[in-house]
Amino acid sequence: MIGKLKKYLPTGRTLVIAIPLVWMLLFFLLPFAIVLKISFSEMMTAIPPFSTLWKYADEMLNVKLNMGNYLFLLTDNLYISAYINSVKMASLSTFFCLLIGYPMAYCIANASPTVRNILLLGVVLPSWTSFLIRIYAWIGILKNNGLFNNFLMGMGVIDQPLIILNTNIAVYIGIVYAYLPFMILPLYTNLVKHDHTLLEAAYDLGARPWKSFLAITIPLSFPGIVAGSMLIFIPAVGEFVIPELLGGSETLMIGRVLWQEFFNNRDWPVASAVAIVMLLLLAIPVAVFHHYQSKEAL
Amino acid sequence: MKGRISFKMIIVLALGYAFLFGPILILIIYSFNASKLVTVWGGFSLKWYVELLKDKGILDAFWNSLRIAFCTAWFATALGTVAGYVMARFGRFRGHTTFASTITAPLVMPEVITGLASLLLFVSMERIIGWPQGRGMLTIWIAHVTFATAFVAIIVSSRLRDMDLSIEEAALDLGAPPLKVFFVITLPIIAPALVSGWLLAFTLSLDDLVITSFVAGPGSTTLPMKVFSAARLGISPKINAIGTLIVLIASFFIVSFSIISFKMEKKRKLEAEQAFENN
Repeated sequence: MIGKLKKYLPTGRTLVIAIPLVWMLLFFLLPFAIVLKISFSEMMTAIPPFSTLWKYADEMLNVKLNMGNYLFLLTDNLYISAYINSVKMASLSTFFCLLIGYPMAYCIANASPTVRNILLLGVVLPSWTSFLIRIYAWIGILKNNGLFNNFLMGMGVIDQPLIILNTNIAVYIGIVYAYLPFMILPLYTNLVKHDHTLLEAAYDLGARPWKSFLAITIPLSFPGIVAGSMLIFIPAVGEFVIPELLGGSETLMIGRVLWQEFFNNRDWPVASAVAIVMLLLLAIPVAVFHHYQSKEAL
Repeated sequence: MKGRISFKMIIVLALGYAFLFGPILILIIYSFNASKLVTVWGGFSLKWYVELLKDKGILDAFWNSLRIAFCTAWFATALGTVAGYVMARFGRFRGHTTFASTITAPLVMPEVITGLASLLLFVSMERIIGWPQGRGMLTIWIAHVTFATAFVAIIVSSRLRDMDLSIEEAALDLGAPPLKVFFVITLPIIAPALVSGWLLAFTLSLDDLVITSFVAGPGSTTLPMKVFSAARLGISPKINAIGTLIVLIASFFIVSFSIISFKMEKKRKLEAEQAFENN
C-alpha cells in the first residue's frame, strides 16, 4: 500500500525542480496570460479599469472578445511608426555596440590573466552601478550649455552649441553607453576560449593577420556576437528610461508609448495589446537567443 | 587565447574605458560643485550632501529601497541557487529546456512588459483571492525576486559547470546522502558565486525603476522613483550627490568582493596542489 502510494508522492528531485519552477510560472508566465486576456477587454472607468471577458448567467456562458484594441493599433500610424522606429533604433545601437565592443573584448582576451581580471572588473563595474544615474550623467554632458558644447566652443571648433540633448542622437549615445558591457562580456567569454594554434597554422600557411582574423576569429566568435547582440537588441526595443530622459518629443519608441498608455491615459487594455504585439515582434530574437544560450551551455 | 598587447590595443582600451568611466567621473566631480548651475564650476563644496541629509522624502525613499533590496537579495539567492543547481546538475530530465527558458526568460524581457504583466497579475489576484491587498513593498519585493532569481541562476549554474564533478561523485560513492553532499561539498565551493549572486540581486533591486513604478503603491516610493521624477525636470546638484553616493557604495561592494573571491580562488588552488603533491 505504502509502496503504491510512494509512486504518486513527489520525490526529492521533483520537489527541488518544482520550487523555482512554480515561483516563475506563477509570477512570470501566468502574468503574460493575464496581459493577453486584458488585451481583449474594453476600457472602462472603474476599478480595475477594464471589462470582464466572460459572464455566466441564465445557463449561458457569454464570452466577449474585443478586437478593437488590436484594430486600433493597426490603423493608428502612431503605433506602427513607434514599432518601426524602436526596431530601427535598437538595431543601429546594437551595431554600434558591436563596433566598439568587439575590439575591446578582443584586446581584453589577449591580455595576461592578471591584467585581464582588472580589465573585466572595469567593464562590470559601470554595469553594476545605477543605470538611471549613468543615463542622468549624460544630460549634463549633452545639454546646450553642457560640458561637451562648452568644451567644443572653448576649443573654437564651433560658435553655436550643437543641439544633441532631446534628439535621437542622444538616445543612440545613451543606449550604446548603457548596454556596451552586455556586448563585451559574452564576446570576451567566447574569444578567451579560442584555440591559438588555428591562427598560427594560418600564419604558417602564409595568411596575413588581417585575413586570418576575418577567416578564423570572426566566424569562431559568431555565438558570442549573437548572444551579445540579442542581450542588447531585445531590451533596447522596449527601452523607456533612455528615450524619456535623453530623447525629445519626436523620439517615438514603443516602450514609451506603452508607459503613456498605462500611466497617462490609464488605458490598460490598449497598453496590454501594445505589450502583446511587442512580444510577438521579439519572439524570433528571443528564440534565437535561447537557441545559442543552450548550445553554449553544453 | 594568448598574445601580447600592442600599442594599438592600448589605444583601443584607453578610449573604451574613457567612454565607460568618463560620464561617471564627471558626475562625481560636479557633485562637489558649490554653484547651483550644474555645468559651471563654482568651487569645492559639500553643501549638496548636507542638503541631501535634510531631505526627508529622499531619506525615506532610500530606506524603502534598502529594505526591499536586502530582502530581495536573500530570497533571490536561495531560489536562484536551487534553479541554477537544477540547470547544471539534473541533466536532461523531461522538460529541462523549458525549465531553463522559464527561469532565464526575465533576462531578455523588456522591463515595461514585465512591469505591466506583474501589475495585472497582482490586480487580478487581489480580485479573485483577495491577496495581495493593494500594492506596496510586498508586491515590489515579489517582482524584484522574480527577475533577480534569473540572474542568480545564471551565475550559479555557470560556476557549477566549471566545477569538477569528481569531488561530489567521490562523496556520493562513499555513501553520503545527496542533500549532505550539497551542503558540505557543493555549497562551500560555489560560495563565491553565491556572494556575487547576492550582490547582483541587491544592486539590481536597488536600481530598478520601470518594474517598480508599475507595482508600487502609495507609501512605497523607492529611491530610483524619486531620482527619476527629479531628473525629468532637469539636472540638479542634489541628484549628482545621490548618484555619487550610489556609485561609491556599489563600487566598494564590487571591488572588495572581487578581491576576496580572487584571493579565495588562489588559496583553494594552492591547497589543491599541495594535497595533490602530498599524495
